[in-house]
Amino acid sequence: MASMEKDSVSGQMTTGHEWDGIKELNTPLPKWWVYVFWATVIWAVAYWIAMPAWPTINDYSRGMLGYSSRADLDNELKAQKQARGAWLAKFQTASVEDIAKDKTLLNYALVGGKVSFGENCSACHGSGGVGVAGAYPRLADDEWIWGGTLAEIEQTIKFGVRNEHADSRQSEMLPFGTGDMLSAEQVGQLADYVVSLSTKTPAAGSPGEAIFAERCTACHQEGGVGSKDLGAPALNNAIWLWKGNNQAAKDMVVGQITKPKHGSMPAWAGRLDDNTIKMLAVYVHSLGGGQ
Amino acid sequence: MSSNTEATPYCEDVVKKFVLAATFWGVVGFLAGDFIAWQLAFPVLNLDLEWTTFGRLRPVHTSAVIFAFGGNILFSTSLYVVQRTSRASLFGGSGLGNVIFWNFQALIVVAALTYVLGFSQGQEYAEPEWWIDLWLTVIWVLYLIAFAGTIMKRKEPHIYVANWFFFSMILTVAMLHLGNNLAVPAALFGGDFMKSYNIFGGVQNAMTQWWYGHNAVGFFLTAGFLGIMYYFVPKRAERPVYSYRLSIVHFWALIFLYIWAGPHHLHYTALPDWAQTLGMTFSIMLWMPSWGGMINGLMTLSGAWDKLRTDPVMRFLVSSVAFYGMSTFEGPMMSIKAVNSLSHYTDWTVGHVHSGALGWVAFVSFGALYYLVPKLWGRKELYSLKLVGVHFWVATVGIVLYITAMWISGIMQGLMWRAYDNLGFLQYSFIETVEAMHPYYVIRAMGGLLFVLGALVMVYNFYKTIKGDVADEVMQPSTAGAR
Amino acid sequence: MSVFKHHAKLETNVFFLAVGILLSVIVGGLVEVVPLFTIESTIEKVEGVRPYSPLEQAGRDIYVREGCYNCHSQMIRPFKDEIERYGHYSLAAESKYDHPFQWASKRTGPDLARVGGKYTNDWHVRHMINPRDVVPESVMPGYPHLMRPLNYAGIAGNLTALKVVGVPYTDAQIMNAKKDLEEQAMSDSPDAAVLKSYPKAKMGDVDGNPKVVTEMDALVAYLQVLGTMVDFTTVKPEKIYR
Ligand code: HEC
Ligand code: HEC
Ligand code: HEC
Ligand code: HEM
Ligand code: HEM
Ligand SMILES: [Ca+2]
Ligand SMILES: [Ca+2]
Ligand SMILES: [Cu+2]
Repeated sequence: MASMEKDSVSGQMTTGHEWDGIKELNTPLPKWWVYVFWATVIWAVAYWIAMPAWPTINDYSRGMLGYSSRADLDNELKAQKQARGAWLAKFQTASVEDIAKDKTLLNYALVGGKVSFGENCSACHGSGGVGVAGAYPRLADDEWIWGGTLAEIEQTIKFGVRNEHADSRQSEMLPFGTGDMLSAEQVGQLADYVVSLSTKTPAAGSPGEAIFAERCTACHQEGGVGSKDLGAPALNNAIWLWKGNNQAAKDMVVGQITKPKHGSMPAWAGRLDDNTIKMLAVYVHSLGGGQ
Repeated sequence: MSSNTEATPYCEDVVKKFVLAATFWGVVGFLAGDFIAWQLAFPVLNLDLEWTTFGRLRPVHTSAVIFAFGGNILFSTSLYVVQRTSRASLFGGSGLGNVIFWNFQALIVVAALTYVLGFSQGQEYAEPEWWIDLWLTVIWVLYLIAFAGTIMKRKEPHIYVANWFFFSMILTVAMLHLGNNLAVPAALFGGDFMKSYNIFGGVQNAMTQWWYGHNAVGFFLTAGFLGIMYYFVPKRAERPVYSYRLSIVHFWALIFLYIWAGPHHLHYTALPDWAQTLGMTFSIMLWMPSWGGMINGLMTLSGAWDKLRTDPVMRFLVSSVAFYGMSTFEGPMMSIKAVNSLSHYTDWTVGHVHSGALGWVAFVSFGALYYLVPKLWGRKELYSLKLVGVHFWVATVGIVLYITAMWISGIMQGLMWRAYDNLGFLQYSFIETVEAMHPYYVIRAMGGLLFVLGALVMVYNFYKTIKGDVADEVMQPSTAGAR
Repeated sequence: MSVFKHHAKLETNVFFLAVGILLSVIVGGLVEVVPLFTIESTIEKVEGVRPYSPLEQAGRDIYVREGCYNCHSQMIRPFKDEIERYGHYSLAAESKYDHPFQWASKRTGPDLARVGGKYTNDWHVRHMINPRDVVPESVMPGYPHLMRPLNYAGIAGNLTALKVVGVPYTDAQIMNAKKDLEEQAMSDSPDAAVLKSYPKAKMGDVDGNPKVVTEMDALVAYLQVLGTMVDFTTVKPEKIYR
């Protein structure tokens, strides 16, 4: 063995080897290091005894505490349910109207509804229900396609619009502008008339008025006030569902007459529980000062 | 310097190439990291092009820094160190070395291209498709031959501790790479050429992935870089290694325990609880073996502490060991299930990654590179030690900005996700947490920018050093350490 | 100490050192991986999980290609807040046909394990083309290029490869892969043949052009099936404890 020597700084011996000028001291393991290491090992063994840990070929040790993260969650959920029990029970039986009238329940509904709205609805209807121009209706106003009473809103949320759910809201507008139902000229005239409705300047006796009366009032009603039952939006105001931000109203109307767009919203029954849907209805109702 | 050198003709041209490649890929990888950092702050930077979206560029960053930068660093240092500490020239010589070098660089370019073009196996740090995996396997075997062959030729009776670490890295990475990339190419059955499916699926795939992923950290970014530390710290400090016994115990404990810790990436997932327990307990037991490396690194400096003041290269090396100690304390802490329930999925993990990656991996690499460049190109010293000092401070401020921003945003994110208001409802929607991250993403990106700038200062310093320039500054010859 | 003396054997022989290292690093992996295949409770016994339809699988390949896992997890942990936000915690059974798994490790965006059915196809198209059109606060990249035609020439071969790694596609399913894919993307008939092979598949065109199957059609078909296969009203909680 090569020469071992004493290092003058530390007083330790070297091991006697040298590699490219590097030597090693034979310093013993630091005591604290050894103790902490053993402490972690002992802790680990204790943990294995307490918790599910070691597998065999077809099973694993359960541990003395019989812990399971999933069972743990279920217990926690039970506790949560209990804590919420008082008002949850009331929610269960109350109608949306009852909730809106009861100050405490209303408060719960507004807070709970806001959270669920942010998680599930704002992707389409925007934070706070501002909507997306030309795509998703604004809920923070008092203009409703399918009705703005608490019950109507609740129904819309529960079953959605134009989806596969059996109770979903349905109804579609026909492509009047295609085929030979209306000529291009007539479509233009009709569009002018519809726009004039929204600006509250309809010219009596215009060619569009006649076509509108013939083709459109079945759904949008006389004067374009709209029909909640048919989900036909009011056309007599400047609130549009399908008008994009930089689009002229007339272009949109022409488009809608030629190739109607139809919005669709998922049904939330099944995905969200009844209580949450009630809260959402109350919350959405509050946004625009619903009817 | 060594008392018993009989002018062994070391093969250094390959090492030089690896040094230059490491420097180059380092800058590329840091730039990619900073670019994706800005993307998270300002999503327009995704440019609406398929090749530049965050999802495709993030793996470019991770692979560039880990495998291109880290890989070239490991090649250069291990091949340098193994020759010197074995007193033997490289097995296979420049010929084999060059085959490894050029194949590896080509593989990096090809892999990066495939990521950008959208070919990926979809597992973190193992994204390259099947035929690139095969190619890498061949390169790795050649590397193993060159490395182990050199050890076998050694004129020293004992294998130096740095080489144990390098060797364990090479062997284990081979095992991990093969185990995690067992995939069936669809082309065999008339499917897409660039597509393959891992033979494991679901929970088993999750386990093999994090067996791999965690130990890519443990062996590539830890064991390999400890090898670097074990040579360059005592060399630069001109002090003997603190404790031979400690190096034995912590080496074996480290490599044995590391393998078990993978499930800490899968806490509370659909991985069964028993496996999570093992992941957590072995991570805790890993704490001291990790710190064994830190102790050996730091204590080697006893008697030469003043070098921290006089030698900025030493400052890089020592700070890296300190960061190593920090992240190997944070890691076991994050492995505790209760802590992980908060930290998992958040920026806290990203902060932890980068305290290890920037503070430990990159800093020890910078230290080694600053040591190697003048040595390899036959210069007395670097062009400018002052610039090394500048690099050190700029990079350190960058790291501090990066990791503190991520700690805050990560913990905030975790707390916001689980926050309940006093009525018992969740307090924040997910999108509110996204908004809250914005300022921290900006700070992180600025920190990253500083880190990149620091690296560019290093590049300039290397350029001048290799050219043979010497800055007009009061030089502290690095060899003038007090004893 | 003698332990340290004995170490000389390992330190002086590369072969011994290699064996020592390999023995040390092999144990942990074996103990943690092998039982996941052999312990029966690992993958919960629940009804409904089926292989992906060809269109969904093509969409999944795009999900992997685009690296969505870099921002989105697909793994809901058993915590109150997560199940309130995302739905029932994820089971191992739900990803048993996922090669590769996409649980992921970072939530820059929300978890997607149960995003199926949460939004409409139309929303997904708008959102994928430019997320900020519908979610102004989003940091997600836009993916307008997904509106290009899907290349599905290799779909049958891809499914065969998946079969080799253990996904139980039948020969008929592989033979019909192309037809099924086209049918799912183009028809919305409730008695489509593809629905018999792949119940709950979301039928119909997504991108507004029923004549062309685009990458968007495929990706959205995948997103829409995520988390919808298991009916949790039929699952007894205690049966899935492990
Ligand atoms: C995928 C997109 C989407 C999501 C998510 C969504 N909606 Fe809708 N919602 C729509 C569309 C589209 C309409 C309009 C349907 C139409 O064109 O008639 C609508 C309409 C409504 C209406 C009727 C508005 C009116 O004027 O009558 C209410 C109320 C409503 N949504 C509430 C909600 C709530 C509450 C949620 C969350 C639980 C929600 N929506 C989630 C798309 C969505
Ligand atoms: C069968 C019922 C029906 C008839 C008849 C009908 N519509 Fe509609 N219309 C609808 C429905 C339903 C919608 C809403 C679509 C939606 O909610 O996505 C709508 C929407 C519109 C819109 C878009 C409103 C907005 O807010 O963006 C315009 C404009 C419109 N109709 C004009 C007309 C005109 C002009 C005619 C006559 C040629 C007509 N509609 C006939 C049912 C009808
Ligand atoms: C840079 C990170 C990032 C990438 C990459 C990314 N996303 Fe997202 N994603 C987000 C963020 C943030 C949100 C939340 C805001 C929003 O809805 O846009 C989100 C939301 C979503 C949602 C809505 C989830 C919900 O429940 O509201 C879906 C679906 C989605 N992303 C799918 C994808 C797909 C598919 C890809 C890949 C092709 C992808 N994302 C890539 C960040 C990302
Ligand atoms: C300029 C320096 C760097 C910057 C700005 C940077 C930035 C980033 C960013 C923005 C991410 C994505 C985080 C997210 O998804 O939220 C990331 C991920 C990552 N980076 Fe870096 N990075 C840098 C250097 C490095 C280095 C030197 C390494 C390794 C040696 C590294 C390793 C990684 C890894 C492993 C991840 C993935 C983390 C995870 O999955 O949790 N980075 N980096
Ligand atoms: C004893 C040492 C260490 C332990 C026990 C440890 C533990 C952990 C834990 C618990 C996570 C989080 C997993 C999650 O929640 O998703 C993690 C992530 C990570 N750590 Fe460490 N860590 C250690 C050291 C290091 C070091 C030194 C580095 C870097 C050089 C590092 C790099 C990483 C990376 C890259 C990830 C992110 C993986 C991903 O999600 O993509 N770790 N580590
Ligand atoms: Ca791979
Ligand atoms: Ca289509
Ligand atoms: Cu790990």
